[in-house]
Amino acid sequence: MIQLDNVTKRFPGGQEALSGLSLSVDKGEMVFVTGHSGAGKSTLLRLIALIDRPTSGQVIVDNQNTRRVKRRKIPAYRRQIGMVFQDHKLLADRPVFDNVALPLIIAGVSHRDAGRRVRAALDQVSLLHKEKQNPLTLSAGEQQRVGIARAIVTRPKLLIADEPTGNLDPDLSLEVMRIFRRFNEVGVTLLIASHDISLIDRLGCRRIALEGGKLQLEEEDEVDEWL
Amino acid sequence: MAVTRNADAVAPVRSSSAFSIWLTRHASTSLGALGRLSRQPFASLMIIVVIGVTLALPAAINVVVKNAQSMSGSWDNALDFSVYLDMDLTVSEAEGLARLIEQRADVASVELVTADEALLEFKQQSGFGEALNQLGDNPLPHALVVRPGPGNTGASLRLLQEEIGNLPETDLVQVDTEWVQRFHAILDIVRQAIAIGAALLGIAIVVIVGNTIRLDIENRRDEIEVTKLIGGSNAFVRRPFLWTGFWYGLLGGTFALLLVQYGLYLLRDPVTRLAGLYQGNIAVATLGVTESGAIIGTAVFLGLFASWVTAARHMRRIEPR
Repeated sequence: MIQLDNVTKRFPGGQEALSGLSLSVDKGEMVFVTGHSGAGKSTLLRLIALIDRPTSGQVIVDNQNTRRVKRRKIPAYRRQIGMVFQDHKLLADRPVFDNVALPLIIAGVSHRDAGRRVRAALDQVSLLHKEKQNPLTLSAGEQQRVGIARAIVTRPKLLIADEPTGNLDPDLSLEVMRIFRRFNEVGVTLLIASHDISLIDRLGCRRIALEGGKLQLEEEDEVDEWL
Repeated sequence: MAVTRNADAVAPVRSSSAFSIWLTRHASTSLGALGRLSRQPFASLMIIVVIGVTLALPAAINVVVKNAQSMSGSWDNALDFSVYLDMDLTVSEAEGLARLIEQRADVASVELVTADEALLEFKQQSGFGEALNQLGDNPLPHALVVRPGPGNTGASLRLLQEEIGNLPETDLVQVDTEWVQRFHAILDIVRQAIAIGAALLGIAIVVIVGNTIRLDIENRRDEIEVTKLIGGSNAFVRRPFLWTGFWYGLLGGTFALLLVQYGLYLLRDPVTRLAGLYQGNIAVATLGVTESGAIIGTAVFLGLFASWVTAARHMRRIEPR
């Protein structure tokens, strides 16, 4: 699903966020990217989302070489990927329902179908009863779940998340991870950047550890029983 | 709670036609833009007033010029000109010539003023009666007063005068009414000035609307970024701003129309009085359907153009960071 070959991302100042990074994520996997801030986690996700382009090397997502995705085709490319952000990036000027419906409106889905699918997505994050509220009136955990609902409402095959639990306390973090786990169970590939090692250890998924833009270790933990 | 993935939810559902979806989206975007304007009523009203006044100005002057033109056209007698005949022409020859000219299609009537009549009138009006009595012969020629037909333009009028002047029996064509032609020439200049002024004001509208849209874009930068982040194209994020420009244009143009119509309403009574004084049948020309449409159409075009240029420029710059 995701393949990086010898990818380097150098910023104009000469600082390298990623140095010759190669890795691959299979279809249906749920993989965590860990590392200290500045290790290159966010840069990796930005390259996958085509917010940035690599200085050298190849990023292949769902059999598409991102190098060949022209600027004009970036919106269509991004629509195939669900994205969850640490600050959830909800729009405060419209209710929860409209926030979740936005990707469907962009994709040109009819009003009636959009309504049905928004409610299905909100149901999956247990927020169906809050569809008319403004995101600002929700708790941090609820806001992040709305962000997740928006990411999955178009039923993407790949979901990437940058520190999705960064602003949440442990209980809420676990709840968010459980939601991710359920998507993974129905075949969605997930790549989640996080520095919350203890939480990741409990989930027992594959871990890609980055250190200074390079691969540090890959390890697969046993699935924790109590999750 | 189980996650279900039914087949029709995977791909965008195609039950409604793409066109009707497109139409619904535009309708909701357009209403959304209108709603946004109504949420900042004061700022929106200012823009609408600016567009209205800016467009009403040239439109109103244009109507005034049109009225002046039709008014000057109704001064039929103002176009009369005198033709002095050769000294050796007899009265009957002059009468014959008068009848001949009168038959022309572009001439309404010809009046003969014989040399004797002219001398008599001159004696009475000039006060030189005694001096003139000393003269043995009448020094004045016979003259014709020609009233051109109603269908004449400035050019055909000049042609008519020239042709009569070239007749062997005529000596001199005296046009007393050059001021009418000058008046027409002035109207032409005024019309040109309006066109230039209107173009400048149009540029002003584009700048004002463009700047407002630019501020709007800056205020909604986060929204644009997020929308682009989750796959919104430039065209998609541009759409609400185009609708905003459209609404500014439509409402501003309508306001301009109301201003002009109200102004004409206020002018109606004084103009009718003036027309009565001149015994002319002057009807105040108002804005027809075409002209009203042109005002609103121009406003909508300017609004759309301004928002298009601004949005196109700024949308490309705003990319997710």
